[in-house]
Amino acid sequence: MSTSTPAVPPAPAPAAGPKVNRLGLPVTDYQGAKSTLCAGCGHDVITNTIISALWEMGVEPYRVAKMSGIGCSSKTTNYFLNRSWGFNAVHGRMPAVATGALLANRNLISIGVSGDGDTAAIGMGQFVHLLRRNVPMVYLCENNGVYGLTKGQFSPTADYGSKLKSGVVNDLPSVDLCAMAIELGCGFVARSFSADRKQLLQILRAAVAHRGLAFIDVISPCVTFNDHPGSTKSYDYGRANERPIHELGFVPTWEKAADEVDVPAGGSMDVDMPNGGTIKIRKLERDFDPRDKVAALNLLRECHEKKEFLTGLFYVNPQAENFLDLLDLGPAPLATLPSSKVRPSKAVLDQINEELR
Amino acid sequence: MSQTALPAAPSSGVRAPVVNDCSIQVATVNGSGSQTANNTLLRAIFQMGIPVSGKNLFPSNISGLPTWFTIRANKHGYIARRKEIDVLVCMNSDTAVEDVKNAPAGAAVIYDETFGLDKHRSDLVFYPVPFQRLVKECCPEAKLRKLVVNMIYVGIVAHLLEIDVAEIAKALGKAFSTKPKALELNKAAVDAGLAYAKANLVKRDPFKVARMDKTAGKILVDGNSASALGCMFAGVTVVTWYPITPSSSLCETLIDYMKEHRIDPDTGKATFAIVQAEDELAAIGMAIGAGWAGARSMTSTAGPGISLMNEFIGLGYYAEVPTVIFDVQRTGPSTGLPTRTMQGDVLKTAYASHGDCKHPCLYPDSIGEAYEFAMAAFDLAEALQTPVFVLTDLDLGMNLWMSEPFAYPEQAIARGKVLDDAGVAAMKDWGRYKDVDGDGVPYRTLPGTPGDGKGAYFTRGSGHDEYGRYTESGATYVRNLDRIGRKIDLMKTKGPAPVIDGKGAKVGILAYGTTHWAIVESRDQLKAEKGLATDYCRVRAFPFSDEVRKFVAAHDRVYVVEQNRDAQMLGMLRMEYPELATKMTSVRHYNGLPVDARSVTDEIARLESNPVAGHGAR
Ligand SMILES: Cc1ncc(C[n+]2csc(CCOP(=O)(O)OP(=O)(O)O)c2C)c(N)n1
Ligand code: SF4
Ligand SMILES: [Mg+2]
Repeated sequence: MSTSTPAVPPAPAPAAGPKVNRLGLPVTDYQGAKSTLCAGCGHDVITNTIISALWEMGVEPYRVAKMSGIGCSSKTTNYFLNRSWGFNAVHGRMPAVATGALLANRNLISIGVSGDGDTAAIGMGQFVHLLRRNVPMVYLCENNGVYGLTKGQFSPTADYGSKLKSGVVNDLPSVDLCAMAIELGCGFVARSFSADRKQLLQILRAAVAHRGLAFIDVISPCVTFNDHPGSTKSYDYGRANERPIHELGFVPTWEKAADEVDVPAGGSMDVDMPNGGTIKIRKLERDFDPRDKVAALNLLRECHEKKEFLTGLFYVNPQAENFLDLLDLGPAPLATLPSSKVRPSKAVLDQINEELR
Repeated sequence: MSQTALPAAPSSGVRAPVVNDCSIQVATVNGSGSQTANNTLLRAIFQMGIPVSGKNLFPSNISGLPTWFTIRANKHGYIARRKEIDVLVCMNSDTAVEDVKNAPAGAAVIYDETFGLDKHRSDLVFYPVPFQRLVKECCPEAKLRKLVVNMIYVGIVAHLLEIDVAEIAKALGKAFSTKPKALELNKAAVDAGLAYAKANLVKRDPFKVARMDKTAGKILVDGNSASALGCMFAGVTVVTWYPITPSSSLCETLIDYMKEHRIDPDTGKATFAIVQAEDELAAIGMAIGAGWAGARSMTSTAGPGISLMNEFIGLGYYAEVPTVIFDVQRTGPSTGLPTRTMQGDVLKTAYASHGDCKHPCLYPDSIGEAYEFAMAAFDLAEALQTPVFVLTDLDLGMNLWMSEPFAYPEQAIARGKVLDDAGVAAMKDWGRYKDVDGDGVPYRTLPGTPGDGKGAYFTRGSGHDEYGRYTESGATYVRNLDRIGRKIDLMKTKGPAPVIDGKGAKVGILAYGTTHWAIVESRDQLKAEKGLATDYCRVRAFPFSDEVRKFVAAHDRVYVVEQNRDAQMLGMLRMEYPELATKMTSVRHYNGLPVDARSVTDEIARLESNPVAGHGAR
């Protein structure tokens, strides 16, 4: 994300009427079209959490570009932030479209929503290069281990040994998108569970404050095709096995004084974000520092071997240089530079002609 | 090699001099650095005021395989490839015998004396040269000799053809303007060649050049550079690409130009972003993302890249996102002959992607049009809100061509129907895909436009209504798709009009792109040799202007000349004008080399000798 904290004064709290955020906007201004997903689909919970996070963070809707590929998950960008621009692109190729949009307008706040098929199968190539480039955006993979929209085939994140409804067992190893993201230089890597709304909300709030690519793998049960016994992406499996590695909360600069924020008590670690705000982390059973890349990779390797379902912020490096930093662009969006800036003078052409004589 | 080994001049005796009408072919090994030597010859002839063209026939290889460079000087200004070679320079032992066997009678052959070529033919004029001895003498540093040896043939050719030595020196100076030591070394090699030729070679071939004034004020440049310049002056802001021959040099040249001329003097920052993508899927995806968000975006590729881009092209069409795609065509199918030319993507680009798609395409023939159409493409893409193709080919893109200097654009940059804040507020009922003006072109807004996001809309490749809302309604789908069709048809009047030379002849010739140069010459040949007068229509854009239909309708027979096997443009013409289908007959050339006039002339003459049989044939 390329957001610096917008210089907007806190909105005066109206005496009555709906609760508003620091821009003076009620949460309804962050809602989208009515969802057409199956009742109970994990993706809908994520959509609602995104709405809360963006509202709470006071993100201006008009600056948001909602980017997605194809799949049930990718449809959800239509279900939040009606007052933002959305682009439901082609299957697996959202990263390129999102990158291009940011090249055109570096001031956009880009939120990408993808699925495990969209990201880890057809879109694996683009995802890898998005990570390599550290394109500043929030990227959610709504991970249900199957292709929901094409009716339940296994995806590359399905765990080895997990079962489809039909009884078919997955005999291929799964892709761990978080480990891959860390390996490839992503500076914000988290996993959550759509049923753990409280944790997801805090991760999303922190992701919005990150200046580079923030990748969040959210296990999001598909109630229609992958919510049965034998599945490792079902609600029951998730609820029984999710083990948060820490408790965390994000405190934006303007909320520092307020105590309405849900900060874990006895926070043992603070991570300051360059654009303002602090991630507050309280250790649970293990001693884990998410700023330590090697520790993060070891943790993921370990949990893979033990078949554990860990959630939390695995890795954060708030300082990582992002792709737009590398391009040496001016502050104004390229999209709307005036002709005088983008068409060189006649003298330049004359000189070029002269060189070619 | 002793002089006695030389054959006498061809049996017909000493021929009258042939002035300013010859083709020189230099055969070397790829990676031997002969390009500078060849360009020095070409440039020197150009500087003498003689119309000239250069064609590099190179292998898909970095070093070691044979390569041929052809320079054609022609007083009439014919610059198409010519099949017949007059002066052969044999520097490659692997191909020398074959090259000599293929030479037309009377050709001059300059060769490394150790090749012993004179025993293979008695009807050629042989000029053996001890290249190795000469290079040892003029270049003390052994490891540079491989490069410098080429400059010796420059001296030999210059002497035999009477190329002005001062122009050679000037051309060398341009090539090595920043490398004085290299200049000195190469100059010494040219001089060694000149001196050897003067002292040892007796001129027995008829070919020579003499000063003219037909290139005054002109420039020499390759088509990819011309396209790149067009992009820069069109105000391109986002360029995303993946390397592929023969397209790479377009973006690489663009990078150089942009770094020099598109840094904002006020901020010292770039007014552009150029990204080398991970593949063509990403390159077009980024270009579409950037076009959607308001950049003047482009990508450049060749056939294989276009094949990969197909899905995204359909998205750009249906979601109505402007971007520009350069296709510098090469010989397919598949990897094909990657370093040879073809007009092989004409059909594929016009209708690229699944479902009903039809895309604006531009077909520049020359340096001037490679530049102008690049600019036009950006304006058209934004005017029509759709991907626009510019189809050049390896011949235009990678070879050096003479041209008038580039003209500064007279028209201001036109960004099409883009609504800002106030524009959205003024619009009563904002809908991204509403046909407000009745021309099929809707208004768009750019993400990030303030105004509380009132101009926001949702972009998707799935079915949508006038407001960008998802729908599977058949009626809405038809309404929307028909509007897009009408919008694309605006190309018939907004695209560059065909260039028609019509004097009421019965027979018409229709061509496009670089085929033009063979047609110019072929029409003269048909007239002179067969007494056949022809009219000519050069198509410059798709969807076709009505003028194209009128041209076909007005002629008894129209020969559609193109550089592919399947008569792709003819197929498109027949699809557009079924009632005229049988009037058109195909003439094709597709061996990977640029089409030459002789091939066209012979084929049209053959078909004309029995017009009924030829009638309507493919
Ligand atoms: C090129 C292409 N191939 C195949 C499809 C069909 N398709 C649509 S969505 C999808 C899988 C989506 O899976 P995932 O990303 O996991 O999303 P989910 O529906 O599970 O949320 C596939 C294969 C397509 N739209 N495009
Ligand atoms: S099929 Fe699965 S993923 Fe798709 S909407 Fe239904 S529950 Fe969600
Ligand atoms: Mg899925």
